[in-house]
Amino acid sequence: MNPRLTFATAARVLRQVRHDPRTIGLLVVVPCVLIGLLAWIFNSLVFDAIGAPLLGVFPFVVMFLLTSVTTLRERQSGTLERLLTMPLGKGDLIAGYALAFGLLATVQAVIATGFAVWVLGLNIAGPAGLLVLVAVVDAVLGSTLGLFVSAFANTEFQAVQFMPAFVLPQFLLCGLLVPRDALPPFLQAVSNVLPLSYAVDAMRTLTTDADATAQVLADVAIVLAFAVAAVALGSGTLRRRTP
Amino acid sequence: MVNGGTPSIVVRDLRVVRGGRPVIPGLSLTVPAGQVVGLLGPNGCGKTTLMRSIVGVQKIASGEVEVLGLPAGSPGLRDRVGYVTQAPSVYPDLSVTENLRYFAAVLHTPRRRIDEEVTRVIEMVDLADHATSRVGRLSGGEFSRVSLAAALLGTPQLLILDEPTVGLDPSLRRDLWAIFRRLAGGGVTLLVSSHVMDEASRCDRLLLMREGAMLADDTLPGVLALTGAPDIETAFLILVDRASGRSDREEVRP
Repeated sequence: MNPRLTFATAARVLRQVRHDPRTIGLLVVVPCVLIGLLAWIFNSLVFDAIGAPLLGVFPFVVMFLLTSVTTLRERQSGTLERLLTMPLGKGDLIAGYALAFGLLATVQAVIATGFAVWVLGLNIAGPAGLLVLVAVVDAVLGSTLGLFVSAFANTEFQAVQFMPAFVLPQFLLCGLLVPRDALPPFLQAVSNVLPLSYAVDAMRTLTTDADATAQVLADVAIVLAFAVAAVALGSGTLRRRTP
Repeated sequence: MVNGGTPSIVVRDLRVVRGGRPVIPGLSLTVPAGQVVGLLGPNGCGKTTLMRSIVGVQKIASGEVEVLGLPAGSPGLRDRVGYVTQAPSVYPDLSVTENLRYFAAVLHTPRRRIDEEVTRVIEMVDLADHATSRVGRLSGGEFSRVSLAAALLGTPQLLILDEPTVGLDPSLRRDLWAIFRRLAGGGVTLLVSSHVMDEASRCDRLLLMREGAMLADDTLPGVLALTGAPDIETAFLILVDRASGRSDREEVRP
């Protein structure tokens, strides 16, 4: 692994995003607009209850879409194949992507959280800093899962189909609509192996408990473990030699 | 004409199966160093598969491919072999310069030399006027030229070019072949594939391929002598007919 190549790859990915104003809009503006809509629809009691979990879910979804399509484009356009004939290690490529999307995730989380807390008046019991942390980690999770699923799509159309197939079930079972312990036993067991459930758990804890940092960090650690597993699986799908 | 040094590519009993079909059933060949070798054959004959095997991105069923004395795909080869894919493989959402700067960095070009390297290859492919244009907005021929420029970065000893002149007008093709000749004169080996037979006259050596097998491996005069044909296209058709066992009495229409 070569730091210079990792940074060069991260810089290149960021440059690609910078050239696309719509992607920047999707990253930064859309989560704020969606949360703003929710604040408008619901009264402040309900908004305070679901605002934080949604701050975790929207970045997850956006980064999942962005990463899965970007990574797929790299595979399909032939640039991935070209890069693998050059002195670029798989680790450099993945780390470069992780760095670039991690940075984008952080920017997105900070902006969305800032907007929710200071403009929309989201009230949570726990510290706002932890809110940002969980949002960033959720975005990173979305990114790593997007990287992984891009291996199973051949076209961008197929890649976005993972949204309803992969993301929406998690959305339904993660505890946003119905608390997880109120789910039927089988569904509760399923929700225990879905990463988004732990992200929403962390956000719910932050919403209600002023002093449950340890519990939040434990959930964050689980989400990160899922993300690391997704990266490992994703890098397994990046093969130098293909049929 | 035969170069006395180590051959740049040695293929032994290569077998490649794709989608259950043996695209290359068993191929052996040698490409000498410092020459422009043309790989000619119809679409689907296995040219791209062979080239991908040589650069080390093709899953192989059996056989060996040795490039510049090392197994194909070895890490030591990656900055010595330049590869241009059939479909241009550059980033359409970046500018020409941004693309080339990234590839130059991947090739470990020292930071202070990147600008001059990128300018050098941009001028080689005559894209100086479009250096800051977004690649996605360029014409088909310009897009291909960016892809080719990326392979010319650094000092490759071997260039594997998969149909680099497709879609280019005659004067541009002439200019590119002049570049290829100049590179070969400097000791670089080029393996250039095409399905346009008239580019054969520009190569030092020809490999005529069909259905994963070589019909001929010779110079252009050699191939014409072998078949008694007046031009490469007729020669190719004669060889195809011989390979599929048609009798000599049947007419070959060019």
